[in-house]
Amino acid sequence: MPPPVRRIAVDRDPRVAPPRPSANGVATGAVALPLKTARAPAAVVRERMSLDAVWLAYGENWVVRDVSLPVRQGEVLGMIGASGSGKTTLLRALNRLTEITEGAARAGRIALDGQDIHELEVNDLRRRVTMVFQQPNPFPMSIFDNVAYALTEHPERGSRRRRRSGAMRDAVASALQRAGLWDEVANDVDRSALRLSGGQQQRLCIARALAANPEVMLLDEPCSALDPISTAAIEELIVELRESIAIVIVTHNLQQAFRVADHVAFMHLGELVEYGPSEEVFNHPRQQRTRDYVSGAFG
Amino acid sequence: MATAPLAPPTPVARSARERSGAWPLADRIAYWACWATGIGLALLTLAIVVFMLVKGLSFLHPALLFESPSADIKQSATGGFLDPILGTLLVTAIGIAIAAPLGVAIAVWLVEYGRPAALARAVESSVEIVGGAPSIVLAIFGLGIFAQGFLAFLSQRAANGSVYGRSFFAAGIVMALLALPLIVGSTREALQALSPRLREGSFALGKTRATTIRHVLLPSVRPGIATGAVLGMGRIIGDTAIIKILLGGLRVETVGGVPVLGLLRGTGSTLTTYVYEFSPAGEGNAPQKAYFAAFVLLLMVLALNGVVTWLTLRQPGGELPRKRWMDLWRLSAWTR
Repeated sequence: MPPPVRRIAVDRDPRVAPPRPSANGVATGAVALPLKTARAPAAVVRERMSLDAVWLAYGENWVVRDVSLPVRQGEVLGMIGASGSGKTTLLRALNRLTEITEGAARAGRIALDGQDIHELEVNDLRRRVTMVFQQPNPFPMSIFDNVAYALTEHPERGSRRRRRSGAMRDAVASALQRAGLWDEVANDVDRSALRLSGGQQQRLCIARALAANPEVMLLDEPCSALDPISTAAIEELIVELRESIAIVIVTHNLQQAFRVADHVAFMHLGELVEYGPSEEVFNHPRQQRTRDYVSGAFG
Repeated sequence: MATAPLAPPTPVARSARERSGAWPLADRIAYWACWATGIGLALLTLAIVVFMLVKGLSFLHPALLFESPSADIKQSATGGFLDPILGTLLVTAIGIAIAAPLGVAIAVWLVEYGRPAALARAVESSVEIVGGAPSIVLAIFGLGIFAQGFLAFLSQRAANGSVYGRSFFAAGIVMALLALPLIVGSTREALQALSPRLREGSFALGKTRATTIRHVLLPSVRPGIATGAVLGMGRIIGDTAIIKILLGGLRVETVGGVPVLGLLRGTGSTLTTYVYEFSPAGEGNAPQKAYFAAFVLLLMVLALNGVVTWLTLRQPGGELPRKRWMDLWRLSAWTR
């Protein structure tokens, strides 16, 4: 079950803008989403990954059916849909994390900068297409080492001293800065990462993911375990990051999808039902199933 | 909406069946039998500790700890048990030094790789069988192996050229077999208990499986490994059969002139065999020394149990919470 969608159908908050009639004349007022604050579109928008007729299966079950999508740098792609709709599986397929599950199979083509990701060396791919998970999963080491671990290509070779070198310190600090965590932990980066709060842990995981300068970042419900303030911090961060990194975010929180995503893909039972600019998907959905979902009729 | 009545709620009457007095006779007997067994076991443990404490303390002679034993007709001249203490430490050290890396490697392979499945199952069962085998069986097997000519460098040759097959090496290596299943078991459990998110998190950063194991998984299961190692040490310290068969001796005797190698190839004894020899069942017949040695042995094992409890209670990345020392004291005797 996804988190409940707040339904405001009868007594409308006067501060919320009245519903606009959609293109086909049907009022779309069943869900009242806060208006997205106007934000400048990214300077450069270019396609980084493309999914072409992708089918994914675990064993006998096809969990993703025939999905084609672009993933662009300069914008955030939000994936919404009920539990079991295949969003997470699709996301994990983008850096071949599905492969660690036994019996996972794939058809179709996923390309990164035009090259099939199955032709890339898997660890190279995962350095370029990194992932942040639903539950914060810091490694049981210090804050510094968590980020440094991501940075070192061969952690077994560098001596402890080299790992603590000036360049490394700068890189770790810059990753923490980009994730908006630096100000909170600058004084004790040697503290165990497990001592951080949930929101800080998640930002540490984002810092870790950012450290190796990825080209695409996949976020799997990154805020579902967090409080509203941490969520706001991470959403802001996501919107900032889209300039330099292509971002795909899976979320059950429709408001969140509306707030952060430039394009939204709605999936249902493994199929891509609708894909388009988020304003359009939320306000003028073309498909009945999308309309039902964004208005909270199911899911 | 009707207002709720303000009368206080009536207490729920407990039905007669909930009171033990109304239970069927068989249930009541079983209930008290459980109590009796539990308390009986606790009393028995207490009795052992107190008995050893009283007996041991009444013969307490600190000098015994620092004197080597010697064979003599006069009881007062048979010395103390410095050598058995050293022997215990040495055998334990050798055993753990071999068993710990091997056990961790086996556990990692079983959990993280485990392919082909048939081989993994076979390894699993062999570890279980070794763990269940009586130590005397392992000892006899070890003697058969270490008496082979090509393994003479691990022990010594008798004058007639036959290989003695008994040494700290031999005893320590077979002891490692004894500790191995415990280390494999606890490391494996710790690895399986780790959240898959930890592994995924590392893979998602483009790390190989080997790097993940070395830098993320093994540091995370360090308490599990340590617990297994300490349990293994307890097992080694307590074993008599292997020492009796594979170490053979009383005083620590070195072989050849090479310092460390000579010691490891040499023979000696441990506290367990010392207790046996000096008890009325053995040849030394100095029960008071046996009691004191047994007391020292018990202290060592209790201390190790305390360490295990401490390791298990310790939170990863944190300190032992306050007030837990009570648990530590309570559990220390029961963790095995």
